[in-house]
Amino acid sequence: MRKINTKIIEDTIYKLALKAGVELTPSCLQALNKAYENESGQACAFALKTLIENSGIAVKENMPVCQDTGIAVVLMEIGQEVFFDGKLLSDAVNDGVRRAYADGYFRKSVCDPITRVNTTDNTPAVLHTEIVAGDKINITFLPKGFGSENMSRIYMLKPAQGVEGIINAIVDTVRLAGARPCPPVYVGVGIGGSFDTCALLAKKAITRDIGQFNTREDIAEIEREALKRINELNIGCQGFHGATTALGVSCEWAHTHIAGLPVAVNIQCHCVRCAKEII
Amino acid sequence: MIKLTLPLNKVDVLKLKAGDSVSISGTILTARDCAHKRLTELMDKGEPLPFELNNAVIYYAGPCPAKPDKVSGSCGPTTSARMDSYAPRLLDCGLGAIIGKGEMCDEVKKALMRNTSVYFAAIGGAGALYADTIKASECIAFTDLLSESVYKLEVENFPAVVAMDCYGNTIY
Repeated sequence: MRKINTKIIEDTIYKLALKAGVELTPSCLQALNKAYENESGQACAFALKTLIENSGIAVKENMPVCQDTGIAVVLMEIGQEVFFDGKLLSDAVNDGVRRAYADGYFRKSVCDPITRVNTTDNTPAVLHTEIVAGDKINITFLPKGFGSENMSRIYMLKPAQGVEGIINAIVDTVRLAGARPCPPVYVGVGIGGSFDTCALLAKKAITRDIGQFNTREDIAEIEREALKRINELNIGCQGFHGATTALGVSCEWAHTHIAGLPVAVNIQCHCVRCAKEII
Repeated sequence: MIKLTLPLNKVDVLKLKAGDSVSISGTILTARDCAHKRLTELMDKGEPLPFELNNAVIYYAGPCPAKPDKVSGSCGPTTSARMDSYAPRLLDCGLGAIIGKGEMCDEVKKALMRNTSVYFAAIGGAGALYADTIKASECIAFTDLLSESVYKLEVENFPAVVAMDCYGNTIY
């Protein structure tokens, strides 16, 4: 058994949140640069150049790369040999988020769904925990903006629709979103599981580095084919019509029921901000 | 790049075509979801608005808080489509131009045409870069809404693209 005080979790969340709000992931910045080099459309090239310049200003001035500093999504894989002491785990996560969003001068974007009254400190965070083998804790912090979240969809396909149905669901989601989610987007896809787990798989998929394919070859083929078809949509950066509509497609899968084929498509904008640490 | 100084006059607007790159300087007002709800509620009750709507430019944005040594926090555009249901009424009541990002509906296009108004797209996700174009910022209405309050911003060389012009053309 390994004892960990949840103050360590709070401080880690604080550190990861401050980093994630300001810096694009290296794979995102690399993908944006590649998109800029490949872009022949004038308006899209201007927009991509502006975004690359913006990411530099954010780091230099230590300010949020995008004003939508998101709802705080925390994915935590907890080794089952870990024992937590100190405050409740969810309180530690929320305390880390509260401090980071205040100290980082991040926008507080969390509100009551009915009254729309803001909680003023960006809590509560969305916390997903999973018990895994070992005595480590793997923490991923994802500030999730809602321009892109709003454009996400879930499909309960028929098994007969198969791989073609999955690819159509992915491409349709991006096509219907158009310019609204800030393309070029990063597309996270959950395949299988149940209604709830496939959505979580889609969220996990966007925490993977852009350009890293699924280790299962048939799934990787879905990723490549969907990306190709998305980029043929000619939506382009900001919807200004160009070569790159998506920076990548990442799929995660789980076993499902004989009667179904759930597919969730979670859209991430071009500001991929995701920070990770293993404790 | 077309340089535009606010307030816009209708002669300026008539010259703008969808796809034109512009650089905007002058006074703009932020308003997004909750502020629009309040503005239309005031209009329903026949009460005065907290700012002059005539020929104003509304920027669909909710900035981050400013650091002590800064005028503004990050301040890029939010998705305009969420304001589709409010925009035609505001345009018919004198709103001069909109700044946001992404497609807007046909009713907005028609309202831009009948009022000789224009919709500019800012570059979504470029919040830090836009913060640097803001030379003054003052919260002028609905302060309880935090980032969703109405901020009066003085901007210089704010880059944007004409997304929908007054002739019914769109870049999307």
